[in-house]
Amino acid sequence: MEVDQLQRSFLEYTNSLFRFLDGQFGQLQLLQDESNPEFVFEVVSLFFEDSERILNDLTLALDQQNVDFKKIDAHVHQFKGSSSSIGAQRVRNACIAFRNFCEGQNVEACRRCLQQVKQEYLLVKTKLEALLRLEQQILAAGGVIPMLDS
Amino acid sequence: MELCNCIEPPWPADELLMKYQYISDFFIALAYFSIPLELIYFVKKSAVFPYRWVLVQFGAFIVLCGATHLINLWTFTMHTRTVAVVMTTAKILTAVVSCATALMLVHIIPDLLSVKTRELFLKNKAAELDREMGLIRTQEETVGTMLTHEIRSTLDRHTILKTTLVELGRTLGLEECALWMPTRSGLELQLSYTLRHQNPVGFTVPIQLPVINQVFNTSRAVKISPNSPVARLRPVGKYMPGEVVAVRVPLLHLNNFQIHDWPELSTKRYALMVLMLPSDSARQWHVHELELVEVVADQVAVALSHAAILEESMRARDLLMEQNVALDLARREAETAVRARNDFLAVMNHEMRTPMHAIIALSSLLQETELMPEQRLMVETILKSSNLLATLINDVLDLSRLEDGSLQLEMGTFSLHSLFREALNLIKPIASVKRLYVTLSMSPDLPEYAVGDEKRLMQVLLNVVGNAVKFTKEGGISIAAFVAKSDSLRDPRAPEFFPIPSDNHFYLRIEVKDTGSGINPQDIPKLFMKFVQSQPLAAKNSGGSGLGLAICKRFVILMEGHIWIESEGLGRGATAIFIVKLGIPGRLNESKLQFVHKVREINVGRMVTKGLLVHLGCDVLAVASGEDCVRAVSQEHKVVFLDVSIPVSIVSKLL
Repeated sequence: MEVDQLQRSFLEYTNSLFRFLDGQFGQLQLLQDESNPEFVFEVVSLFFEDSERILNDLTLALDQQNVDFKKIDAHVHQFKGSSSSIGAQRVRNACIAFRNFCEGQNVEACRRCLQQVKQEYLLVKTKLEALLRLEQQILAAGGVIPMLDS
Repeated sequence: MELCNCIEPPWPADELLMKYQYISDFFIALAYFSIPLELIYFVKKSAVFPYRWVLVQFGAFIVLCGATHLINLWTFTMHTRTVAVVMTTAKILTAVVSCATALMLVHIIPDLLSVKTRELFLKNKAAELDREMGLIRTQEETVGTMLTHEIRSTLDRHTILKTTLVELGRTLGLEECALWMPTRSGLELQLSYTLRHQNPVGFTVPIQLPVINQVFNTSRAVKISPNSPVARLRPVGKYMPGEVVAVRVPLLHLNNFQIHDWPELSTKRYALMVLMLPSDSARQWHVHELELVEVVADQVAVALSHAAILEESMRARDLLMEQNVALDLARREAETAVRARNDFLAVMNHEMRTPMHAIIALSSLLQETELMPEQRLMVETILKSSNLLATLINDVLDLSRLEDGSLQLEMGTFSLHSLFREALNLIKPIASVKRLYVTLSMSPDLPEYAVGDEKRLMQVLLNVVGNAVKFTKEGGISIAAFVAKSDSLRDPRAPEFFPIPSDNHFYLRIEVKDTGSGINPQDIPKLFMKFVQSQPLAAKNSGGSGLGLAICKRFVILMEGHIWIESEGLGRGATAIFIVKLGIPGRLNESKLQFVHKVREINVGRMVTKGLLVHLGCDVLAVASGEDCVRAVSQEHKVVFLDVSIPVSIVSKLL
């Protein structure tokens, strides 16, 4: 049956995500229930919005003549927070490294870190989008999104 | 001329004057006859009248006068000679008697007069005597009161007795006055005080002398012979010794004074007071003097008892003062000791907590890094044990707070299943080292979540289970947990434990049974006492301060529960059972939570946190900015989450 297949593919895909998403994402999925059917979708969408905005701000800040490291640090801190909330561990780790260089006030290194962060973000974004699409497909086929063993 | 023997009256026959004379004579005669009658009547009536003969004479005189006048009546008219003769005779007789009477009266009247003067004299004398009596009486009273006042103005025994003797001697003019007191043995009387000698040598006389018994048997003053041994106080002189009187002085003992009771005089302890009149004075003891002596003796007895009571109360007061001083000192020492202990505990606590916190913090950090599953398990165990140890360190300080009753449980919702699983995980390694099995059975009607102090419940459970493992050499431990029904709640040994089931709470009953060395039933009550080890010599590695079960009991009681141990005896294993009251989540009031995020746009973090909190059952209010938070927060909100970038001004407003 298509639903089964979809569910299986969903599970397989989820399992393959373990490098990109940590246990936190699993917790989020657990929070989704009848009272909150769109929870994961909403959270992920919010994450995308937030991240776009922050990354834009960061790019702007680093392009300035006088780089305001404090502001950059604040932005990175925020990004670290939201990525942790969703469980995007690679993004988070990149942010941690970014902050260290911010403290060192090394503009070149920061620019390099920003690139790294952007890359990680795009990666996880692709994965999440695929996951959401799979979920929609399952729901459309009348099935239930399977729960994962955390 | 007629030849009658009539005699002519000498006066002219004037009719009116004659008539008046006639009447007067008649009345005179009447009076003269009635006066003696009256006299006789009254004299007969009165008992005493010394001069009867005079009366008779006087009576005769009057009668005759009366007769004379009566006969005179006839002489106004023509009368016969016989009448005249009778008249003459009467007159002659009257004359004789009157002269005799007159002569008699000359003797009598001065006597009569002197009687009157004597009577007056006697009256005066009587009045004078009355006055004198009154004076004497008042004098006596004054003397009596003064004496008693003197005696009772002092509360010193010696002064009382000395004053008594001196005053008595003075008032009564005594030659010698002495007081004999009974000795301690009660078999002899010892001469204690005399008037003349300052310090009498201690003469003693046996108390069973007849004269002494005689005096002791009556409360009156008794005259005794001057030759009796108690009265031989003065050197024998050539003169006759004066009269001697002795009186008993009851010595009232303190024990006789019961409250609301008067002392009984069956004390049989008396002192003897001997008073001697001056020799060769021919004075005698008068009644009022004896009375005075008796009164004084009584007063002395009362004064002595007062003095004794005062002495006693002074002693008691001194004793109390000493005790007060000692108590004060002890209290200050105790306070110092307590303060020293608290200081020590505080310092040690700090010293112990610092490394504990380091361990906990670093273990937490370690947990965040990449670890292999076995490593992770180890780190988690380290973390859990360190948390427990930190709690225990807190509790060593808390034990005193526990005893004050000022400790409070930290209530929270927790999972019962995970509690038991954690406990099991902690105890399994130790049990397996000793090759003991551990089984856990949870009844299906146990709720998944409960409201209570998870940390402390865990502590109690671990303590109990740990003890079971400690004292078991072979076999194993079985832990059973179930919801206690009302009949299984009551322990016959603890009648004061009254569990009251309610809708919001349930009673969790945990039984930990071991196949270990068992406990002597007599030792069971001691188990829950601080610092008492039931087997001091037995287990080699039975470490621990002995606080464990005592703390457990306190916690269990705080959780409105009960803990006890059953054992059939040594070698037969033991079962520790405890019941605690836990709340049922979802039926209790939830707490409203609220958190703020600084960024105006909706943020992932906030949403996720909200989702998590809602899942845990809280009411959550999420606001977008610091100002909104300040506006929205109220007393109902128990917790506020704030992002670290919230400005301090907002934070201070919130507080």
